[in-house]
Amino acid sequence: MDQMMIEKIKSNPKYQELVAKRSSFALKLTIIMLVMYYAFILVIAFDKALLGVSLSGGVTTVGIPVGIAIIVISFVLTGIYTNKANTEFDDLTNAVKDDVAKWSK
Amino acid sequence: MKRVLLILSVLALGAMSLYGAGGDMGVQGQRGVNTSAIVMFLLFVGATLGITYWAAKRTKTAKDFYTAGGGITGFQNGLAIAGDYMSAASFLGISGMVYMSGYDGLIYSIGFLVGWPIILFMVAEQLRNLGKYTFADVASYRLGQKEIRSLAAIGSLVTVILYLIAQMVGAGQLIKVLFGLDYEIAVVLVGILMILYVTFGGMLATTWVQIIKAVLLLSGASFIAVAVLAHFNFSLEALFAEAVNIKHTLSIGANAAADLAREANATAAYAASAIDANATVIEAAKSASEELVKAEKAAKTAGVNIMAPGGLVSDPISAISLGLALMLGTAGLPHILMRFFTVADAKEARKSVFFATGFIGYFYMLTFIIGFGAIVLLTNNPQFFDEAGKLIGGTNMAAIHLSQAVGGDLFLGFISAVAFATILAVVSGLTLSGASAVSHDLYASVFAKGKVDEAKEMKVSKIATVALGVLAILLGIAFQEQNVAFMVGLAFSIAASSNFPVLFLSIYWSKLTTRGAVIGGSLGLATAIVLVILGPTVWVDTLKHATAIFPYKYPAIFSVTVAFVGIWFFSITDKSERAKLDKEGFEAQNIRCQTGIGADGATAH
Repeated sequence: MDQMMIEKIKSNPKYQELVAKRSSFALKLTIIMLVMYYAFILVIAFDKALLGVSLSGGVTTVGIPVGIAIIVISFVLTGIYTNKANTEFDDLTNAVKDDVAKWSK
Repeated sequence: MKRVLLILSVLALGAMSLYGAGGDMGVQGQRGVNTSAIVMFLLFVGATLGITYWAAKRTKTAKDFYTAGGGITGFQNGLAIAGDYMSAASFLGISGMVYMSGYDGLIYSIGFLVGWPIILFMVAEQLRNLGKYTFADVASYRLGQKEIRSLAAIGSLVTVILYLIAQMVGAGQLIKVLFGLDYEIAVVLVGILMILYVTFGGMLATTWVQIIKAVLLLSGASFIAVAVLAHFNFSLEALFAEAVNIKHTLSIGANAAADLAREANATAAYAASAIDANATVIEAAKSASEELVKAEKAAKTAGVNIMAPGGLVSDPISAISLGLALMLGTAGLPHILMRFFTVADAKEARKSVFFATGFIGYFYMLTFIIGFGAIVLLTNNPQFFDEAGKLIGGTNMAAIHLSQAVGGDLFLGFISAVAFATILAVVSGLTLSGASAVSHDLYASVFAKGKVDEAKEMKVSKIATVALGVLAILLGIAFQEQNVAFMVGLAFSIAASSNFPVLFLSIYWSKLTTRGAVIGGSLGLATAIVLVILGPTVWVDTLKHATAIFPYKYPAIFSVTVAFVGIWFFSITDKSERAKLDKEGFEAQNIRCQTGIGADGATAH
């Protein structure tokens, strides 16, 4: 890829939109994951008893649904990202690629 | 070539059936010989060797060998990734951990899982867009080839070998218990089969072995979990209540035993203190005090609260450090990263992670239920315990014994065969990624400076596969008596402290330079290794010193920081010509990374 093409792609509004949208979306989801996981780890590190509280009077503790929720949410977030990236972001990517193909002719 | 494969396969199968027959006549493992396990295992080996033969015909180019031609679908790759990740260590180890300490097992599972979304959001499609065969392709995209590939290859090989040792030792011990085979024979068998799969079938065979095993393991684990839940009318609360009840009874029993031991100890000590006490009395007093220590320890373990976090993660630094190692380490394991090159494009790469996360998450929920099932269904059943009251084969056998408790001998055979298959599949994936680091990174790029023909590179990778296989066999035998549990943890720490920081910053940080990556990455690697050696797992448990020099089990919080700070510092202070080139290359790299323009596609078969 020569310097001219690089400049052309960089100034392409669709490319800029793609980069901005995907980066901020990926970053948001990453932050959700990090906050969720490290909140869990910090509770274990500093106040274990919190997860040992009985859920509704029985032996099942709050820790059980919390643990299962982290697993389920992790999976759901990968689904949300994959869905958005494979449709919206890939459409933008293809539009950029079409432009590049036109310029290369 | 094909003829060699055929002959070797016949030899391997022949050797195994001989052992099967021999086993019936005399070999006695701790569980005795399990004919159904051997039959099912032979079926698995037969089928996978068939696949290897089929894959060998389709593996012609280097691209076929390293990445199965890039033609694996997202769903298939998701299953294969899950297969790579659901090793015998996580199936047997985590269910054993839940069996012992309940909730703590879930903490590990969650740590192993949460790396996956991060991989998807940060590196999966970027890897696919920038790389070809190994993660070093990506890390060295705009940096000095020789330096970065050497570092990445060392990081890969160290990770792979540590992982391999843990798997081989696990395989030997597992097979000894399950099939009644000798440890050495088991290790050699695993080594030979893995060499066959990888040298002849390359990534295509490795992937399908992995997929088949993942399906078998998921079905088997589902069956055990459903059978356990069915005992309790599908009420988790009822299962947990019974488990808590059993642990409580155990704890009362152990405490009562400890009280008795205390009394006996006091009496014996009094007798021994008498002026005319003879040697027998003193000896008796000594053994009484030893019994007391044992009984108190047993009372302590039995009293553990299985429904909340317990002693496994003891202090804040360890908890955070473990979390960091598990999360970032996953994103730095070479055999996992390599799987992203087997799919056609970024779309399929994303789907791979989505499916993999689903399968792995589901699997961890199953292991949690299996662990609790083992508490309930095994504890009061003397057939699963030896004279000393220990679970036969150790706590890692909890899932295996449970399979017999819920499904009889035939199902025990199935699960045993699946456990063996799991080890085979995981070591194959590891060996392939280690061999690619040798042939693609060290040989083709560093040694031959890119001037090498494909046939030669493939030949080197096959030689490397055989060499790694032999090395794995030798190390597996050498480490037989060692505690290797720390090796997987160390592999994760190294992956998180060297492979991941270099890969991540090469994708995202425009000011990264070759010098920064090499020095920072090496510092991270060295810090992780040194701190693990000086820490409790090696310094105290393996080398038998009284106290650890470095107090924490998991070094990641320190070693990852060292790596990132090192890379940052030695990059920003780098004023060399090379550094200028490194930074200039970022824009072109970033465009390809973002759009996939110029990325490798799939080859049609």
